Amino acid sequence: MSWSPEIAMIAALVIPLIGGVFVGLLGKYPNLREGATLTAAVLLALNVAYLVSVTGQRPELIYEIGSTGLSFGLKLEPLGALFAAVASGLWIVNSLYSIGYMRGNKEKNQTRFFVFFTIAIACAMGVALSSNLLTMFLFYEALTLSTYPLVAHKGDDKARRGAAIYLAILLGTSIGLLLPAIIATQFIAGSTDFTVGGLLNGEASPMVASVLLVLFAFGIGKAALMPVHPWLPNAMVAPTPVSALLHAVAVVKAGVFAILKVSTYIFGPELIQSAPASNWLAWIAAISIVLASIIALSSNNLKRRLAFSTVSQLSYVTLGAMIASPLALLGAALQIVMHAWGKITLFMCAGAIYTATKKTEISDMRGLGRLMPWTFGAFAVGAFAIIGLPPFGGMWPKLFLMMGAATTGQLALIGALILSSILNVAYLLPIPGRGFFDPAPKEGLKKPTPMLAVLPPVITAAGVTVLFFLIGPLTEFLAPVFGVEL
Amino acid sequence: MEFLASLLPASLVTHAPAIIVVTPLMMAAVAAIMPNGRLGWAVTLISTIVSALLALAIIVDVQTGGVVSYAMGGWAPPAGIEFRIDGLNAVLLMVIGALGLLSVIYALPSVADEIEEKKQSLFYSAFLVCFAGLIGVAITGDAFNMFVFLEISSISTYVLVGMGASSDRRALTAAYNYLVLGTIGATFFVIGVGFLYMATGTLNMADMATRLPDLSDSRVVQAAFAFIIVGLGLKAAMFPLHLWLPNAYAYAPNFVTSFLASTATKVAFYTLVRFLFDVFWPEAPFVEVSFLWVFAILGIIGMIVASVQAVFQDDARRLLAFSSVGQVGYMMLGLGMGTAAGLSAGMLHLINHSMMKGALFMALGAFAIRFGIRRISDLNGFARSMPFTSVAFTIGGLSLVGVPMTVGFWSKWYLGVAALENGWWWAVAALILSSLIALAYVARMLAAIWVAEPHHDKAGAIAHARAPWLMLGPLWVLAIANVWFFFQPDFLISMANAAAEAAFSGGAR
Repeated sequence: MSWSPEIAMIAALVIPLIGGVFVGLLGKYPNLREGATLTAAVLLALNVAYLVSVTGQRPELIYEIGSTGLSFGLKLEPLGALFAAVASGLWIVNSLYSIGYMRGNKEKNQTRFFVFFTIAIACAMGVALSSNLLTMFLFYEALTLSTYPLVAHKGDDKARRGAAIYLAILLGTSIGLLLPAIIATQFIAGSTDFTVGGLLNGEASPMVASVLLVLFAFGIGKAALMPVHPWLPNAMVAPTPVSALLHAVAVVKAGVFAILKVSTYIFGPELIQSAPASNWLAWIAAISIVLASIIALSSNNLKRRLAFSTVSQLSYVTLGAMIASPLALLGAALQIVMHAWGKITLFMCAGAIYTATKKTEISDMRGLGRLMPWTFGAFAVGAFAIIGLPPFGGMWPKLFLMMGAATTGQLALIGALILSSILNVAYLLPIPGRGFFDPAPKEGLKKPTPMLAVLPPVITAAGVTVLFFLIGPLTEFLAPVFGVEL
Repeated sequence: MEFLASLLPASLVTHAPAIIVVTPLMMAAVAAIMPNGRLGWAVTLISTIVSALLALAIIVDVQTGGVVSYAMGGWAPPAGIEFRIDGLNAVLLMVIGALGLLSVIYALPSVADEIEEKKQSLFYSAFLVCFAGLIGVAITGDAFNMFVFLEISSISTYVLVGMGASSDRRALTAAYNYLVLGTIGATFFVIGVGFLYMATGTLNMADMATRLPDLSDSRVVQAAFAFIIVGLGLKAAMFPLHLWLPNAYAYAPNFVTSFLASTATKVAFYTLVRFLFDVFWPEAPFVEVSFLWVFAILGIIGMIVASVQAVFQDDARRLLAFSSVGQVGYMMLGLGMGTAAGLSAGMLHLINHSMMKGALFMALGAFAIRFGIRRISDLNGFARSMPFTSVAFTIGGLSLVGVPMTVGFWSKWYLGVAALENGWWWAVAALILSSLIALAYVARMLAAIWVAEPHHDKAGAIAHARAPWLMLGPLWVLAIANVWFFFQPDFLISMANAAAEAAFSGGAR
């Protein structure tokens, strides 16, 4: 039996789960347990790399449920492959980091933590590979449920309250808005398959499409479009590795990925542009971008600031999906990749600072850069990437989004993007700036930062720099989806 | 299935409709004189197995040959009593047969725990009478005979609920309330049947159906209709006629609750369908108006109000009982759509709900037998104390919400599709709202089981126990069925479609 694309798709779901079983079984031997996590992460990344290489074949696996007309299915296409690659690649780095962080902070219940982490990754793979809305919905919900124990990890009242809000908003929006939208799609189009050019294109009138678009945009609560964003800052009660991988990469990116996939394959650019709601939603996204940036600016807690920064940056993707010109969609897809690498760097740095100093407030971090040069250096690189400065990967999505908005004549949106970049500078750069240029605190570090908590952000910081130069292959990989010609 | 049915001798199969009712009735007498509970249970088990097998034979007959008609005592209908099984009541036979058998297997440890030893044989005897009554209601083709069976099952149910007094005295008032309201319902029903007899001069339902269309302007017939839907609505716990149900389910012995919750209201719902579609006819003005303004509207109000009430219960069984009232609302909504698609969705939900509620109540019974608990806060941390039961309970709970990968999803899916075909988007909105509320009350229980800190005994260890195999077995059969039929739904859907088709083709006409 040779390794085929179909088997590899199943393997992408199964490898993390098997890894999870081993993590659970080896719970009493922490080193072996972490070995299981890392092995699973590496195997998964290799497997996804293989999937990326065979994306051109568009393999699919469909299970028809009796004669009901519904089906579960996996299908590989460039967007999904890209998301899977980002999530699985960063999982390796994050696993290293989790080990350093969890041990450095002597967290309890580490086995449970690592088990649910593997389940969450499997769910993210499922979201990436789903061939229709029903399958995606299922993995989307499973992702919410499997991350609940991670968010509530500390188990105190504050963690439980945050986790309850997390669960209530994500489940409520998905069942109350997303599911009806899926049912309506099935009813109108007779299927929920992701179709090139748009399943509903030609089936639904612009008015119906508008209603559905609104349901999808707010129903996919993981995309954190205002006003359904409060789950994200509340989820920051979780240990930092969870915030880093799940709330900068897997969970939130599953949300915007779903938005992008729905707009590309369910509506199709033509239908979105003809639906009046897309214009309003683009404005809501633009308002989310600016407003969340302002809230980030006013937060003194580092993780909270990063969380609102994420809310803001996620809306870039929604914005691109609503502008729906080829360049804007490409920009949205690239934003998923670039923001993931940039933001995970920032979160891991925040966790490293916490591990070394137990400090969470930005005003307490003056001069720390002199004591932790690598961490703050990585933070600065991550911040540059989020702002969108060359030569860091974050520049491309902003450029493409602006060009996309320019081609459709929505110049005011460009203004919002520029304003957001200025705000990014204002809320991100002072942190490394004061870290390096203010005098170092007298008391010094409580203990040296664990190697495994510092190295990963440095790796990802290097990654965002490399990604700047990889834009050619990335665009080429995504070009067939959006029909972009550069 | 055909294979199992083919094992029965042909002569038995010919008389199956009679024997299936008579066996449990006669065995009830045998069970009553058994010296101890174990023997009583054995008699009950044998009798239920026989009935379940015969039910299977009849269902196979219906699926191959259409309508099965059996003249009681050789007296040809319409003069004699006719037992008549078509696609519609075949569903009920299946549900009663399967759930009856599973419940009886489950009963031995549960009853031994809850009922005093010397009353156990009598308890089983009462159960068999109830079982026979429910099957009788489901298969009879005679309106007055239906009343008789309805009372046979109801009166024995009052006894069964009252038996819960061994563990909780409140069962007595619950049974008494049920008796009063159930009798009112039965009275309304028999008055309606009397009016119909006055107007048509016949008691055979198929015969009535042929005569009633000429009498559609008759006040007597219209009054009969009103009496019958109120009477049967009460038995089916249609909102707002459900007041007897929460306490009856909450205080009856666990085995009785899981059996009743998965069969009794379903049978009453069936009788409503039978009368609306096959005795009266759906095009009649007074029937047509009742679809939207009685069944759909009350169904939706029930779906939402009873579900909200469920959220605020502290007693796990009362919570599920209120949920049952809400779930009856789903069936009523399907019925109220007045279309084949709607009725089929309602019947599908009838089958599915019997699986999920059966599993949930069985799991609660298993929790109760080991730890004697009933409040939701008592369930804290049970995932560690009784993991197998907890997982099965979780599957049932998710199915109740309608999560994909459980059979409950199809109920809501088809109800939603049928509603959209009618253009009833508000019904879809109500479905979703009610599912969200269901999520809230199920989440309360699941959060207690999975998330909350477990209770510790004095030594500080977590109490740990496994339910008896006889309870775990049926529980897991139902839990697996809840998942299995999501992936292989064709069988259930074809049953439900056949039921709707039979109802619409008018059984007789």
